[in-house]
Amino acid sequence: MTSARATYFHYVGRHRTQLLLGTVAVAAGSIAAVVPPRYIGQIIDGLNHGTTMDTVVRLALFALFFSALEAIFRAAGRYFMMNTSRFIEYDMRNDLFAHLQRMHLGYFQHQRIGDLMARMTNDLSATRMMQGPGVMNIVSTSMTFAFTIISMVSVSLKLTLISVVLMPLVSLTFWFIGRRVHVKFERLQAQFSEMSTAAQENFSGIRVVKAFSQENAEIARFAAVNEEYVGRAINLRRMDGLIWPTMSFILGLAVLATLFIGGQDAIEGRMTLGQLVQFVAYLNLLAWPMIALGWVSNLFQQGWASLQRLQEIWDAKPDIVDPAEPAAHTVRGAVEFKDVRFAYGPTEVLRSVSFTVPAGGSLAIVGHTGAGKSSLVNLIPRLFDATSGQVLIDGIDVKRYPLAALRRAIGYVPQETFLFSVPLRENVSFGLDKTLDDPKLEWAGDVSQLNKDVDDFPARYDTMIGERGVTLSGGQKQRTAIARAVAKDPRIVILDDAMSAVDTYTESEILRRLRGVLQERTSIIVAHRISTVKDADEILVLDEGRIAERGTHLELLERNGIYAQMYRRQLLEEELDVDTERDEHERRVKATEESTPTRFRTRMGGGGMEEGA
Amino acid sequence: MAGFFQEDEILGKAYDARLMRRLLGYLRPYRGPVTLAFALLVFLSLADIAPPIITKFLIDTAIAPAVNGSIPAGEGLRLLVPLGAAYLAVLLASAGLRYAENILTTFVGQRAMYDLRVQLFGHLQALSLSFFDRNPVGRLMTRITNDIDALTDMVTQGVVSIFGDFLMLFGIAVVLLFLDWRLALITYATLPVIVALTFYFRKTMRESFRGVRIRLARINAYLNENISGMSIVQLFTREPRAYTQFDELNRDLLEANQGQIKAMSLFFPAVTFTRAGAATAIFIAGGYWALGGQMTIGTLLAFWQLLDQFFRPIQDLSEKYNILQSAMASSERVFRLLDTEATIVDAPHPVALPSVRGEITMENVSFAYNEGDWVLRDVDFKISAGESVAIVGATGAGKTSIISLISRFYDVQKGRILLDGVDLRDLAQRDVRRHVGVVLQDPFIFAGTIASNIRLNETAITDAQVKAAARFVNADKFIDRLPDDYETVVTERGSTLSVGQKQLLAFARAIAFNPEIMLVLDEATSSVDTETEHLIQDALKKLMVGRTSIIIAHRLSTIQNVDRIIVLHKGRLAEMGTHKELLGQHGVYHRLYELQYRAHEAESSVGTG
Repeated sequence: MTSARATYFHYVGRHRTQLLLGTVAVAAGSIAAVVPPRYIGQIIDGLNHGTTMDTVVRLALFALFFSALEAIFRAAGRYFMMNTSRFIEYDMRNDLFAHLQRMHLGYFQHQRIGDLMARMTNDLSATRMMQGPGVMNIVSTSMTFAFTIISMVSVSLKLTLISVVLMPLVSLTFWFIGRRVHVKFERLQAQFSEMSTAAQENFSGIRVVKAFSQENAEIARFAAVNEEYVGRAINLRRMDGLIWPTMSFILGLAVLATLFIGGQDAIEGRMTLGQLVQFVAYLNLLAWPMIALGWVSNLFQQGWASLQRLQEIWDAKPDIVDPAEPAAHTVRGAVEFKDVRFAYGPTEVLRSVSFTVPAGGSLAIVGHTGAGKSSLVNLIPRLFDATSGQVLIDGIDVKRYPLAALRRAIGYVPQETFLFSVPLRENVSFGLDKTLDDPKLEWAGDVSQLNKDVDDFPARYDTMIGERGVTLSGGQKQRTAIARAVAKDPRIVILDDAMSAVDTYTESEILRRLRGVLQERTSIIVAHRISTVKDADEILVLDEGRIAERGTHLELLERNGIYAQMYRRQLLEEELDVDTERDEHERRVKATEESTPTRFRTRMGGGGMEEGA
Repeated sequence: MAGFFQEDEILGKAYDARLMRRLLGYLRPYRGPVTLAFALLVFLSLADIAPPIITKFLIDTAIAPAVNGSIPAGEGLRLLVPLGAAYLAVLLASAGLRYAENILTTFVGQRAMYDLRVQLFGHLQALSLSFFDRNPVGRLMTRITNDIDALTDMVTQGVVSIFGDFLMLFGIAVVLLFLDWRLALITYATLPVIVALTFYFRKTMRESFRGVRIRLARINAYLNENISGMSIVQLFTREPRAYTQFDELNRDLLEANQGQIKAMSLFFPAVTFTRAGAATAIFIAGGYWALGGQMTIGTLLAFWQLLDQFFRPIQDLSEKYNILQSAMASSERVFRLLDTEATIVDAPHPVALPSVRGEITMENVSFAYNEGDWVLRDVDFKISAGESVAIVGATGAGKTSIISLISRFYDVQKGRILLDGVDLRDLAQRDVRRHVGVVLQDPFIFAGTIASNIRLNETAITDAQVKAAARFVNADKFIDRLPDDYETVVTERGSTLSVGQKQLLAFARAIAFNPEIMLVLDEATSSVDTETEHLIQDALKKLMVGRTSIIIAHRLSTIQNVDRIIVLHKGRLAEMGTHKELLGQHGVYHRLYELQYRAHEAESSVGTG
């Protein structure tokens, strides 16, 4: 585990040349900035005591020359400094992404996606602000401070001391008001969430609100919360509104003191009028750094806190990694579970599950929701690892295969279909190194019965999926996911309740074609419908993590247990549905004839499309 | 998720006269304070211009003559005092005015946007349920919180201070002219350079800003998708290609950012240099005239000092552009919401309902949430006052819709629904809902106390009535065991209560309002312990006594207790009768009964999920 500090220096170290160039340029700009006041002072003295026009022009051009130098140096400094911060941001973003790719599924289930996103956007941006404007202003402010004070002392030690006494007042005010502002700001934020909650609750419970005619009372309640918010906002402004007037007052006071005391000195001959003007110019140079100080310290506080939140991502280590000594074996497809237990946190999901599927065999798993079916199949491609017992492929523990080799051998169709917002062709080719050409695509599309839908799409397989393209129906998504798994030409095919949104007719068509594909492949099918599983070599009935019944369809029916009950219920359901399905079918045919496009109604939604089971 | 990169990120124009007029309308009630704020601004500008002028007099009347010996040193020293005092007074006045103006503007902005926020909230309350079906809660919340905050920012930092900026610009221009018209013209000459620079910069920045935003949105969408679908990426060993694509997007963003950095790096120094150029011109020209005795040193210095203040408002304007731009986009979204019309409105002259018997008639009702997608077709039945009816049917049969229609959450497309012989659409919604009580499937619990969840905001319901209602539906048993019984605080969504307890609470709520008609949505809920289950069954029985009740039932005990059962099948009324009659028909009800009720009683632990 590394510290946030080490991480920070690691990234800064990669771009030290640019950072150094930037620092030097910013410093040079700060030096150039203190030169022009000297020439202006000389012009004033010349005008007051008599000089030639040539001298005035020469001095004015000198001042302009140094201003030009300042401009050039500052431009270069800003360019290098900001660029450094962007490069660091780029490096960090890439590394974070690569790190997340190595994390196991359990990590993403515990981490909220919104939170990870926030870290990779807001926190990364705050870290960059610290490195960019933050560091640049620290360098620029401290250099300007140092060189300006030195120049001020060279003009008048007394006036410098007077100003330097006034300066801490600025910081003091900032600190004094800042603390109170902070408290009031927190109070305002708290009320903001209060207001958000009130609105959220009302919108979510709008049925109840309307059912009980509570609209007016709700408006009054919201108005009260809002009133408090407005009160706190004004209250905050009463405090933070002080900062700016106070600061400019103190700065004005420093100028006034200089004019008044310096004026006396000038009248009494202790300094020239030009020196007085020069001094006032220096005071003006100090104004911005003092204002920036508060802002910069904020940037650093936020940036550092954000960096620590990013460090938490880096500190998380993947649970599922490649074996130290990987087995060099080409998967044939025999799957075996040996006394497998699996716990998800404190709850046991699988208890002592054992079974064998020979290479090329088929296994079906049924059981009600929460029986552990998905958990069981998740163990094969190592989305999770078994708590105890062994999962073997061709007699070798799955933990001994390189992850990529293991997963390449498995065609997995998950319960929740997830497709990416890329063309359909890319989605189907997802598991391959190269994008598929048409013949192979058509083949995968035929097995999964996707081709007939594709014919309706504007650009067939090159149609964009997702919000920038067509929105697929649940069944179309599932069939795309099946095509995606088949296209990999895997040794083992796993269907995790993958046809729940596919109508029974299409399902049987898919199953018929799959049987051909699956002849020499191992298949493990999780399903709810008896029609899906009845032809499997072996059927497991899972109940509360245990194998309650096992056997072929006929054997299980004879047993007259859970499976037989399920079968009877489904027969009843089918009877109820027969007439409806006929209606439904007629309606669908009619709809297709009338207006094809209505089937792809676009919908606001995620970049990826999730479909609940 | 990716949705939020869309509508909320649209950048509109910075100024839209129509939107601006409508927004400024909200300031109308605060005409007094607004006028005062503008007056303060005028004085503030004067106070800000004054210091360089006083400095000029300090130098021209006191310091320079004393140094030159044209007046005695003592005279010079004496003159310093009143001028210094004037300077101090101006500083104090400026600080005070700035503070006062700031507070006043904040006050106006906050109050005006308070009005808009309450108006928007009130408007949303009047919108129909179909609106809430279409619009996710998150989006509505953004409108009422963030978008209105952006508008507040515009009022407090935008409108007033833009006026202040122009005032300042104008004030300085006039003062310069009075000080020395020749030098003033030279100073004006640099103005186009700064304006051109600022506009050019803003234009490049806006373009590169848009480029950065698009790329950032793209990268975030990609990131979001890949994190959400990480298991698929891993299962299909797609990591290397996904990383390469991400790197491409990331590099694209980096390059877009570099363009922005170049523009920024050039702009600020360019402004500094232009100002230095202007100063050089002033010193050369002013030096020439000063040497010729046509100008004082004080005047020259005043020009030099006012130069900074002259340029600042122009630069500020470009910054305020951003505030205006995001405010315009926000106001567009807020007003669009405010202009959404309610689809369910009361009739202009609703029929009054002094007393309700509770007779409900559905006459050939057809209903669809989405056009053409019929949920109910030609449903026709009549429920007499005081009768209890259960509606049964498979999922999607249209049971829930009937409840929603009787509460008039939606309007029917065909046919009509009558309450005591009057079309629901001829009654005021308030009246309908006062007489129709609803217990919803997912009992919604508000943050508050147990008591406040029963009486809601109805102060007319006394504590005694709250307790009586709770006792009536058996909710008192669990409430009495809570730490502060009726005053126990419940959190949002009632996360501290069990499903069964929430259901009992919802019953109590419905009873407390004592409606003539009771609608209960009681579809299968998971995991209610046997004791609570018994209490719920008993409460359901009591709810039906003495009032018209329609129950979407999932409990066998309920369907056995009602006077009549209506069987819905795919949106049509399939069968109607008592439990016994219907079982005898061996139709849809019989099959449903086998599937849902008997199976439920017999094998409660096994299902097909």
